[in-house]
Amino acid sequence: MNTHPTEPLAALALPRGPRTSLRSITAIAATTLLAGSLAACGSDTKKDESTTLTVYAASSLKTVFEQLATEFEADHKGVKLSFNFAGSSDLVAQIQQGAPADVFASADTKNMQKLIGTALAPAAFATNTLEIAVPTDNPAHVRTLADLTTKGVQLVTCAPEVPCGAAAATVETNAKLDWKPVSEEQSVADVLGKVEAGDADAGLVYVTDVKAAGDKVVGIEIPGKVNAVNTYPIAALDGSKNADLAAAWVALVTGAEGQKVLAAAGFGKA
Amino acid sequence: MRTGEPSVPRWAWVPAAAGGLLVLLPLVALLAKVPWSDFGGLVTSESARVALWLSLRTAAASTLLCLLLGTPMALVLARSSFRGLGLLRAGVLVPLVLPPVVGGIALLATFGRRGLMGHALEVAGVQVAFSTIAVVLAQTFVALPFLVTSLEGALRTAGRRYESVAASLGARPTRVLFRVTLPLVLPGLVSGAVLAFARALGEFGATITFAGSLQGVTRTLPLEIYLQREVDPDAAVALSVLLMAVAVVIIVVARRDRSAW
Repeated sequence: MNTHPTEPLAALALPRGPRTSLRSITAIAATTLLAGSLAACGSDTKKDESTTLTVYAASSLKTVFEQLATEFEADHKGVKLSFNFAGSSDLVAQIQQGAPADVFASADTKNMQKLIGTALAPAAFATNTLEIAVPTDNPAHVRTLADLTTKGVQLVTCAPEVPCGAAAATVETNAKLDWKPVSEEQSVADVLGKVEAGDADAGLVYVTDVKAAGDKVVGIEIPGKVNAVNTYPIAALDGSKNADLAAAWVALVTGAEGQKVLAAAGFGKA
Repeated sequence: MRTGEPSVPRWAWVPAAAGGLLVLLPLVALLAKVPWSDFGGLVTSESARVALWLSLRTAAASTLLCLLLGTPMALVLARSSFRGLGLLRAGVLVPLVLPPVVGGIALLATFGRRGLMGHALEVAGVQVAFSTIAVVLAQTFVALPFLVTSLEGALRTAGRRYESVAASLGARPTRVLFRVTLPLVLPGLVSGAVLAFARALGEFGATITFAGSLQGVTRTLPLEIYLQREVDPDAAVALSVLLMAVAVVIIVVARRDRSAW
């Protein structure tokens, strides 16, 4: 396309002169090939020895599921759990495109419903509610929901398009308030990041997120009668090669042991 | 091809074609997914128009900032020599390999309310976080290396002969720069500016981490695409094609005079 000698991309690898540039290109190419072949080795070593159960789960379930995985692997010899934690809608999109998942746990019922026909008998196993997260020194002196509407308070929420933002909108309606966020983020992690950094005075996130953030943020409870409740469903997926194991994982999560770990992380009963 | 002109070795066509396919096939696949019957409606929705306009304004501002800051940077890197120059060059290029989200975290640590410059900015009455300024800063941060490297390459290729002649005839450095050097490397400068603009237009990670996302203020087209994917994947695909079309038009227009097609 470009006939000029100063091709910009060649210039990227041009620290001293043309000779060095050729050498560094070779080095980059060699490194890329090496990295590629290493990655290829890594991906198919486990297969022959053990069974892998692949669980797709909403990001907020990371701590709980990883804890339960240790128990599950101890009870099922030769079974390894492989997790994919991401936003529920991203996961649904991947499953719809044929990603090899055995189990899916969503942060809301809406996303689970998109998998009707694929998700086998979804069961609600936990609930999550919202909480106000503020930086440890609470610079804007936020104490109640109404404080979020005070002029000058930098409030950050999720966008109404994503589950945590829909929940925030429900709280806003229930409490008959009208707040003007300075930013409507894509995910809870984005909201929490801005509160932790101190750039936001307050953020609306899930109770479990405040708990997981430890002492980096302080949580302020939202009264139950105006709070929004998100229900988490879990389901084994049709077409799984490990249907029994998938069912066993669902049973662990929905059973007494799973409920204990979920409660400790701040989740409510379904 | 004319006789006597060096030609491309025949074998080079094979990897070139493979590379071309690697880039073009996903674009074709994307085009195949576009719901063409609703396309007009999807790309002219209010949120789409607001996001596109914001993207064009911020990317233009970032490109201007890149030119103002990056041209002198390239000059220094190409034309001067001092200890630590190599290290400085490496530092300037870091944003190229840095995951944009990390760039956003770094910018937050610099210009955020509690960042390095946060207090000074607050005293000056400037609030960067959650403002359009933050979008421009994020875009400039990731786009600047593209301009600097293309221009530095052009400066090195152009050499210093004409500059030396001009200087020996009594021209001062500033005059040499504007009358000799810059006209000589104009193609490199344009190409660098186009790359920087394209990079700024597609910027996502640093923006969402550092600037946030609010319609009309910080939600550029890439952020709008990511958000729309949550509710309406068709709209996201349509907007992606719009972004691609804008980028292609700009690249073609800017390179019209210098390309072989």
